[in-house]
Amino acid sequence: MDFRLEVSERDAWSIVAVSGEIDVATSPRFRERLIELISTGNHRIVVDLRWVDFIDSTGLGVLIGALKRLRSHEGELRLVIDDPRVLKIFDITGLDQVFEIDSVLDTAAP
Amino acid sequence: MSAEPIASVSDGDEEVIELVIPPRPDVVSVARLVVGAAVAMDPAFDEERSADLRLAASEACTNAIEAQLARRTGHDDSRSIILRCSLGRERIVMTVQDHGGGFDPDALVAHPEVTDPARLDHEDGLGIPLIRLLSDELEFRDSPGGTTVVMTFGPRPTTGRIG
Repeated sequence: MDFRLEVSERDAWSIVAVSGEIDVATSPRFRERLIELISTGNHRIVVDLRWVDFIDSTGLGVLIGALKRLRSHEGELRLVIDDPRVLKIFDITGLDQVFEIDSVLDTAAP
Repeated sequence: MSAEPIASVSDGDEEVIELVIPPRPDVVSVARLVVGAAVAMDPAFDEERSADLRLAASEACTNAIEAQLARRTGHDDSRSIILRCSLGRERIVMTVQDHGGGFDPDALVAHPEVTDPARLDHEDGLGIPLIRLLSDELEFRDSPGGTTVVMTFGPRPTTGRIG
């Protein structure tokens, strides 16, 4: 399955660019990478989902877990989404009210 | 990949597509592909509605696989999961049959409101509410050794919200 994670730094932010599909098969790698980043002191994270074709509730669970961990460190999690198909699952679950979502990376990590 | 060949049969006005998959996470993407191809056979279902069905298939197959892997009763672990799409007139019935030992949908606990900080304590449990929202009808039937989830979809995309 097509799934890639790339991490880069941008000033105070860690940018996690994800591409492909996030589901029960790929979520473990996604979760591990985010936990690793947070546990090594990266507490301002942008997850860039612009190249994600599909995400289901398993992927949402990873993001919820990351947000909880970051808040316990007074950190921040922002998402970048520009695909209405991906945005829809955040909308219908109400999680668009939980996550800070931008459509462009420059706004998410100024 | 060990998903078995797809069977497709016509039964009068109804086309039935069946996929037999092993209980492994890496085959859920195959299930989504098959559902996407099945939905494309009915022009009444647009791309947005196709995405709804692929998401519901992903959730139902994930639940089936996790139920079966969690059961770990030896020989039952490797029994196949059966995904069926029956295409009628502007109506698709999708079923996912597992051997996960049964499931009580009434035992599901509702999540706190999204504005409640306690919402972040729940990483799991969105699958069934999502399927309920995406489908027009949802039924859980007992089947030998497990559960069959029966989801019925009309062509209109979901616009509501959970809760």
